[in-house]
Amino acid sequence: MPIQRWTLHLLRLLFPPQVLLPDIVAIDIGLTVAVIVIGVYLTRTRRWGWLWHEWITTVDHKKIGIMYLIAALIMLFRGGVDALMIRSQLIAPNAHFMGAQQYDEVFTTHGTVMIFFMAMPMVFALFNATVPLMIGARDVAFPRLNAISFWLFAFGAILLNMSFSIGGSPSAGWMSYPPYSELLYNPGVGENYFLLSLQVAGIGTIATGINFLVTILRMRAPGMSLSKIPVFVWSALITSSLVLFAFPPLTVALGLTMLDRVFGASFFTIAHQGMPMMYVNLFWIFGHPEVYILVMPAFGVFSEVVPTFSRKPLFGYEAMVGSLLAISFLGYGTWVHHFFEMGAGPSVNVFFGLSTMLIAIPTGVKMFNWIFTMWGGRIRLTVPMLWQLAFIPTFVVGGATGIMLAAVPGDYQYHNSYFLIAHFHNVILGGTVFGMLSGMYYWWPKMFGWKLNQRQGTWAFALFVSGFWLTFMPQYFLGFEGMTRRMATYPAGLGWTTLNLWSTVGAFVMGAGFLVMVYNILWSRRYRDWDVTGDPWDGRTLEWSLPSPAPEYNFARIPMVQSRDEWWAMKQEGRTDEVKISATTVHPIHMPRNSAMPIMLAFAFFVGAIGLIFAWFWMAILGGLGVIAALAYGSFADYSEVEIDAKHVLQTEAQLGRVES
Amino acid sequence: MSTTTSTLPPEFQDNMESIRIMGFWIFLTTDLVLFGSLFAVYVVFRSLVGLGPTPHQLFVIGPVLTETLILLTSSFTCSLSLYSARINRVPGAIAWLIVTLGLGMSFVLLEIHEFASDVLNGHTWHQSAFLSAFFTLVGTHGGHVSVGVGWAIMLAIQIGLKGLTLTTRRKLYAFALYWHFLDIVWIFIFTVVYLSGIA
Ligand code: HEM
Ligand SMILES: [Cu+2]
Repeated sequence: MPIQRWTLHLLRLLFPPQVLLPDIVAIDIGLTVAVIVIGVYLTRTRRWGWLWHEWITTVDHKKIGIMYLIAALIMLFRGGVDALMIRSQLIAPNAHFMGAQQYDEVFTTHGTVMIFFMAMPMVFALFNATVPLMIGARDVAFPRLNAISFWLFAFGAILLNMSFSIGGSPSAGWMSYPPYSELLYNPGVGENYFLLSLQVAGIGTIATGINFLVTILRMRAPGMSLSKIPVFVWSALITSSLVLFAFPPLTVALGLTMLDRVFGASFFTIAHQGMPMMYVNLFWIFGHPEVYILVMPAFGVFSEVVPTFSRKPLFGYEAMVGSLLAISFLGYGTWVHHFFEMGAGPSVNVFFGLSTMLIAIPTGVKMFNWIFTMWGGRIRLTVPMLWQLAFIPTFVVGGATGIMLAAVPGDYQYHNSYFLIAHFHNVILGGTVFGMLSGMYYWWPKMFGWKLNQRQGTWAFALFVSGFWLTFMPQYFLGFEGMTRRMATYPAGLGWTTLNLWSTVGAFVMGAGFLVMVYNILWSRRYRDWDVTGDPWDGRTLEWSLPSPAPEYNFARIPMVQSRDEWWAMKQEGRTDEVKISATTVHPIHMPRNSAMPIMLAFAFFVGAIGLIFAWFWMAILGGLGVIAALAYGSFADYSEVEIDAKHVLQTEAQLGRVES
Repeated sequence: MSTTTSTLPPEFQDNMESIRIMGFWIFLTTDLVLFGSLFAVYVVFRSLVGLGPTPHQLFVIGPVLTETLILLTSSFTCSLSLYSARINRVPGAIAWLIVTLGLGMSFVLLEIHEFASDVLNGHTWHQSAFLSAFFTLVGTHGGHVSVGVGWAIMLAIQIGLKGLTLTTRRKLYAFALYWHFLDIVWIFIFTVVYLSGIA
């Protein structure tokens, strides 16, 4: 009975024992029910067409930004649940609510999801939502490519999240070092999921980098020289260029591991003279710039939030931009600090130790500039500003412990201990996540047209930040006490018990903070507090000169920029009428047409990736052909623009009260 | 519009098309970093031969020289295609494009032949880290050339159907950039991999 044998084989491949654990099956059932409910709801309310026309095929940067944001929040939830599972296991000595294999899978997915599928899309959400508005553009340079980036990210995220119910999760950590990630030690498809999902999402990330670089360099409104763009836009510019140089080495590192695993090459195996250290180098040549890719946009957000809520121009614009550039440049020369212990020798280690410490200087400059901006300002303690204020001490502690790690002999003690864990959570949570949440609260009215309730937002903030400190401060001491990272459980009597308990309590407080934030969003959506002015915070930059949310063409009239905080200057000089149009000045506007090609292309990548993950080569080839077909379709048939005629523009603007009488 | 700008080719005079060209340049930078990483891997791995052949034992200069000549010639014919487009000659542009893709195809076939004979001699990339790095670096370049051939086919059809519009001119220009870029990468492969391996 070959058919029967074949089916049995397939079932074993798709559902190995590790995905048949009761909790995973329960989650599977829950997810299936959720999908069915959503499907029924969409059918009942006849929303499929709306979903397709308004969202799935959209090329509008504002909508793509919203989709990134929603995806990032869902991924924050998923990664957060993983984190709570990890912390629950560690709440007490000898706890075994997960086995070692499952524990490994959970911390691997936690790290991967948080870095690649939460933090990155959160950053891109804010880029998409604001950058074109801040530079006076109607869209990004390549709108359709922008949609392609989003869908590649989305299918990458789906791939990684699929792994835990179909085929098994990866378990080699978010860095996925060989030889452990090699077939010999890590059979099954889990690791392949890791490799391919990041590969698919990574292509999209590179495309985003290209897109925003070109957008900022070429699509600025007349008069807006590079010395006048908001610092957030500078951070987007520099982040994009970092992406361009950081992601290709990751592509290579992941690609070579895949060749080893799926096609029997010998790059990082121990046999046949493979060299695992090569992977580690490639990974961190990507990885260190990546941490700056994550944190620079947060620096950018704060450089907008602080001036707005202090009613003062940013202190030291040039120094802010210069320090961003310096950090991005230095960030390429530090990667070896992640493996001082690998035996490169004292001179190499000293070089990389010093180059790492140097980064603290431009970072310190930024800290002081934010503080000087607040100095003597009229500070308003809104939710975005609260996140900023919490960021300062948190990031200072993270940076200081980074310097401790960069001191080579010290690092021999702390490396891969909980001290390291505490360090990078201090900078990534305290930097990137605080920054992105600050930006989310700040630009939410611009993205959605209504504001988030401030009181609930303050509660969410207070819970999250106090939970944060409670979680991670004990971990520094756990590191000193010798607790290494990635321990599935630990014995009693080592002095770790109390510290771990506090850390777990803190994690749940943070979780509560997240729930309050979700409540905050849902409540504010239910009882909408519309932003009718378009300028709820008394802002300074051009996005606040537009209605909330901005119409599909953003600017009915492209502004002529004269100064740095252009909208503020307009308000001061009584030039706010400059944003209005009249029947004589209105022009028809050309906008790119929606396209189904991005999701088709990304789906073809998805199919191809599944083919490679399971080594079903016919399917990989099918996916490849699909990619070619989608590209050909895009090139031959798909490209066109729509014209929004002047009358329609006039009507829309008139409804918004933006037509000169 | 001043006189200096009007001497620019049409695809540069149009703002959107010139933005797209810039995007393509930046894409090529990322590709450069990709190849740079693969070169770094190769340079470190070329002495890690395990029980397999050394570069000196593996490489034969004859076919590689032919491949080099073919690819260099194709870069020239690619420029001729672009030149024909610039002087508004559609048939010339298409014809030289077809010559280019024909040369590209024969390059790929020769490379496949080289790889196949290595494998038939038992030198798969499983055998050593060196072979893994060699096949991957050279194969990635070959893969790029194959993609280029596919692109050229579609481009030739498009120019045939639509003529030399702003868009097809820009695409032809981008293709030419891509093709010259691959040529330069090949020069490095030729010297870093083959010549220094044989020497
Ligand atoms: C003054 C600034 C900083 C310094 C001096 C610094 C230093 C270091 C050093 C030396 C290590 C390696 C420690 C070891 O493995 O033993 C490290 C790890 C790390 N740092 Fe930083 N760092 C700084 C800022 C940041 C920032 C801003 C981020 C992210 C936003 C970040 C994220 C990370 C991550 C993710 C790891 C390691 C992750 C892992 O091993 O899984 N760091 N840092
Ligand atoms: Cu680092």
